[in-house]
Amino acid sequence: MLRQSPLCFDKEETVTMEQFIYSFNKTFIVENRYKLFLTGIKNTITIALFATLIGIAIGLIVAIIRYSAKKNRKLFIFDFLCKIYVTIIRGTPVVVQLLIMYYTIFVNMDNTVFIAIMTFGINSGAYVAEIARAGIESVDKGQLEAGLSLGLNRSKTMFFIILPQAVKNILPALGNEFIALLKETSVAGFVPIIDLTNAGNIVRSRTYEPFFSLYTVALCYLIMVLGLGAVQKRLERRFSQGDRN
Amino acid sequence: MIEIKNINKSFAGNHVLKDVSATINKGEKVVVIGPSGSGKSTFLRCMNLLEIPDSGSIIFEGKDITDKTSDINTVRQKMGMVFQHFNLFPHLTVLENITLAPIKLNLQPKKQADENAITLLKRIGLVDKKDEYPNMLSGGQQQRIAIVRSLAMKPEIMLFDEPTSALDPEMIGEVLRLMKDLAEEGMTMVVVTHEMGFAKSVANRILFMDEGQILEENNPSDFFSNPANERAKEFLSKILYDI
Repeated sequence: MLRQSPLCFDKEETVTMEQFIYSFNKTFIVENRYKLFLTGIKNTITIALFATLIGIAIGLIVAIIRYSAKKNRKLFIFDFLCKIYVTIIRGTPVVVQLLIMYYTIFVNMDNTVFIAIMTFGINSGAYVAEIARAGIESVDKGQLEAGLSLGLNRSKTMFFIILPQAVKNILPALGNEFIALLKETSVAGFVPIIDLTNAGNIVRSRTYEPFFSLYTVALCYLIMVLGLGAVQKRLERRFSQGDRN
Repeated sequence: MIEIKNINKSFAGNHVLKDVSATINKGEKVVVIGPSGSGKSTFLRCMNLLEIPDSGSIIFEGKDITDKTSDINTVRQKMGMVFQHFNLFPHLTVLENITLAPIKLNLQPKKQADENAITLLKRIGLVDKKDEYPNMLSGGQQQRIAIVRSLAMKPEIMLFDEPTSALDPEMIGEVLRLMKDLAEEGMTMVVVTHEMGFAKSVANRILFMDEGQILEENNPSDFFSNPANERAKEFLSKILYDI
């Protein structure tokens, strides 16, 4: 596509209000293009949200398996599988993973948003697993012993004593991971999905005007990231109840 | 009540417990003393299998708990343990610390567990701290709550692993007094400690350990006035000093 200076109208040097409105109109109003942006926002949020949930679930499971495998040799095969998973996912670009999912694994599926959710969820899981493992290991060993000495079994100790403390320790890192994930979903457009970035692209290819579409896309991401940051802060405050003030 | 038979334990080639045997009877207060690295903490931790002995057996209430078929979690419910560093759960309030195990193990409904915990807290004079988090409390308060947390499980025996070693000197008394109270109520106790005053006044029996073996087993008055073992003599002369 043609690259041009942001608001250029037939060699005129200054941008008048009229042209500004005209361009705005073209980007958002004509053909109800604002709806495209809304669809993009909706899809991006859907993908990021569910991918986050899948990421947390996979990440915690993998982290717990790998932590438990240190004590229980019977789990070594699972530990090995987890290691392979983390290595492959972290070792390949998410775009390639997405294309593989779309072209080779979910060949007969039309629901591309679902494919994107799976891809980004599985991708995020590998990173969350490493973060969570570090978090679990950061909890004092005495906590495990105290739980066990009260007669709680290992999984109850893990669930009620270790994990809440681990989650608190890793909240900042998790927050970063999910902010990164949200922005990473901008490559979802490599397969037929109208995510936010792709919505901007489609509009731009219709209007031949990059200004409003790109800045709108950027602003939307920024607002979403700020929202995530606020959620993160709130969670951190909630989990830090037991801290010395 | 608990019978330890010929247990051995090594950590990465370091032979920490060498064929140790001992018996603890119901209602007895046994104090284990000895220099650092003598294996006394490991010995204590073997009793509730926080360390699993490489060989030997531990008989608790007639059953070998080192046996693969025995359910260690149920056994541990009957064995309270108090740690040097308290190990209270920092993310839970004092009350939740005490009630967590009874509730999650379905031994008591929440209401009853709460009432029980409040009774225990009243006993140690900390009921006004029930909604605070452990980090807000002094070391002595934390350790007393840790003791009470174990008591909430109504254990048959209490194991103490240097319960006062991490405390400021002025906090030690309150913890030892609570332990003495427990002893007077007839709780079976095994205490690893460096508090000789406590050993003298509370113990029925002293186990002196060094280099992974129990070198002397004696009643406190004889042990402190006239230890039979040479190493024990040397140890006592070093810690019961006059300047």
